[in-house]
Amino acid sequence: MTDTILEVKSLRKRFGNNEVLRGITFSLRRGEVLVIIGSSGSGKTTLLRCLNFLETADEGEILVNGDSVFRAGEKMTARQLRESILHFGLVFQSFNLFPQYSVLRNVTLAPSLLETERLRDACRADPSRDFKAERRTMLADVNRRAEELIRTVGLGEKMKNYPFQLSGGQQQRVAIARALAMSPDILCFDEPTSALDPELTGEVLRVIRGLKNSDRTMIVVTHEMEFARGVADRVIYMADGVIEEEGTPEEVFGAPKSEKARAFLASSNLKG
Amino acid sequence: MFISVTTSLLGGLAVSVRIFLLTLLFALPLGLVICFGLMSRFRVISVPCSLLVWIVRGTPLMLQLISFFYIPGIIGQNIWGGGEAGRTAATVVAFSLNYACYFAVIYKGGIQGVPVGQREAAQVLGLTRSQIFFRVTLLQMIKRIVHPMSNEIITLVKDTSLARIIAVYELTFTGYSFMKSDGIVWPMFYTGVFYLLFVGILTVLFGRLEKRLDYYQG
Repeated sequence: MTDTILEVKSLRKRFGNNEVLRGITFSLRRGEVLVIIGSSGSGKTTLLRCLNFLETADEGEILVNGDSVFRAGEKMTARQLRESILHFGLVFQSFNLFPQYSVLRNVTLAPSLLETERLRDACRADPSRDFKAERRTMLADVNRRAEELIRTVGLGEKMKNYPFQLSGGQQQRVAIARALAMSPDILCFDEPTSALDPELTGEVLRVIRGLKNSDRTMIVVTHEMEFARGVADRVIYMADGVIEEEGTPEEVFGAPKSEKARAFLASSNLKG
Repeated sequence: MFISVTTSLLGGLAVSVRIFLLTLLFALPLGLVICFGLMSRFRVISVPCSLLVWIVRGTPLMLQLISFFYIPGIIGQNIWGGGEAGRTAATVVAFSLNYACYFAVIYKGGIQGVPVGQREAAQVLGLTRSQIFFRVTLLQMIKRIVHPMSNEIITLVKDTSLARIIAVYELTFTGYSFMKSDGIVWPMFYTGVFYLLFVGILTVLFGRLEKRLDYYQG
C-alpha cells in the first residue's frame, strides 16, 4: 500500500438540516483515475469542495501520502491550510478564469506568487543570496513552464488573448493548464464539460484523457458516461451522500450490484 | 474688476481643490477599511460599522461639518485652533469620514458583484487572502464601480462649497463675499464656470479610466 496517495476517511458534511455527505471513505493510488458519477444532489460536488478546502467537512479525515492534511475539528493555521490546499487542484464547471489577465498570466499568477514568497523566505534565511537576480530567473522558469502547459492543452496560439476572446472549451483548457501549473498531487474536475456546448466537450475530454497517459492522479466528477467508462481506472457511484457502488468501470457499468446504480445507469443510457 | 474677481476666485478654487484632493486621499482608503468592516463575519466589527454608516448617511453633511468643528471647542479641547488651516483641517476630516462611508457602500456592492467563483478559483490555487483581494478581486471591483464612484466624486466637488459654513474661503464663499462687500452679484454666477470646468476635467478622467478598463470583459 505504499503507493496510496490519498485516503479519505468517513467524511461527513451537513448544510443546516441537510446531510450532504454521510460518511465517505475511499482511497486512491498514485496515477489512478477515479470517476465519480451520480445524480444531482448526491454529494459529488460537495465531496470535491471538501477535498479542495472550499468547504470544511464536519467529520472525518483526509490523508495525502500518509500525512494528515485535514482532521475535522482541528484548527489549522493559515500556512498549514495553504500547504494542504496545494496538494489538490480543482477545475471548475464554470472555468472561473480571471478575466483581467491574459491566458499566460492566468497560468503564471499563482505559481509566480508562491515561488516569490518561497524565494523571499529562503533569501532572508541566507543573506548571501541575491533575491532580485534569483527572482528574475525564477519568473522566467515559471513563464517557460506555463507556456509549455498552454501548448500541451493546444492553445499555443492564444497565450496573449484574454478569456472573453476564447470559446468555452478553450477557456476550460486554460483552466486545466492553470491547475496543472501548481503541480497538485491530485487534480479534481467538477463536471468540466457541463457548461459547454456539446460540440466543445470533445476537446476538453481529449485533454483530460491525455493527462491520464501522463500518469496523473485524478478525480473526475462527470455526467459523460462514455468518457467515464473510457478514462476511469475505478468508478464510484454516489447516491444520497454515500458511496453506493464502487469498482472497475466494467463492474460498475457492466454489472451494477445496487438497485439505485442500475436505475441511474439505465436512465443516463437513455439520454445518450 | 473682472481681473481682480478672477484672481480672487482662483484663490477660492485653490482652497476647494485642496479640500477635494485631501478628502479623496483619505476617504478612498478609509472607505475600504469601513467596507471590510461592514463585510466582517464578526458582529463586534460589522455592527459598529453599520451604525457609523447609518449615522453618517442619515445626517446632513453640513451638520457633521459643524459638529466636527465646534464640538472639540465646546468640550474644552479646541484642536483646530482659530486659523484658516484649522478650519480646512476640520473640513477635510468631516468630509473624509462622510465620503468614506458612501465609498464603503459602493465598494461593498462592487466586491459582491465579483462572482464567488473568482475567489474560489484563487483560493484553490493557493493564493492568500490578501493576494486574492489585490490580485483578483480589486481590479474587477474597480471596473464595476467606476460609474457610481464618478457620481460621488463629482458630488464632492460641489460639496466643498459647504465649508463656507465654518468660514473657509473656498470658491463659493469667495464669490459670495463680493456680493456682501461690493454689492455685485455676477461673481457668484461666475463661480459656476469654475465648477463646470473642474467637473469637466473629472469627467474626461473618468472616461479615460473606463476606456483603460475596457480591454477585458467579465
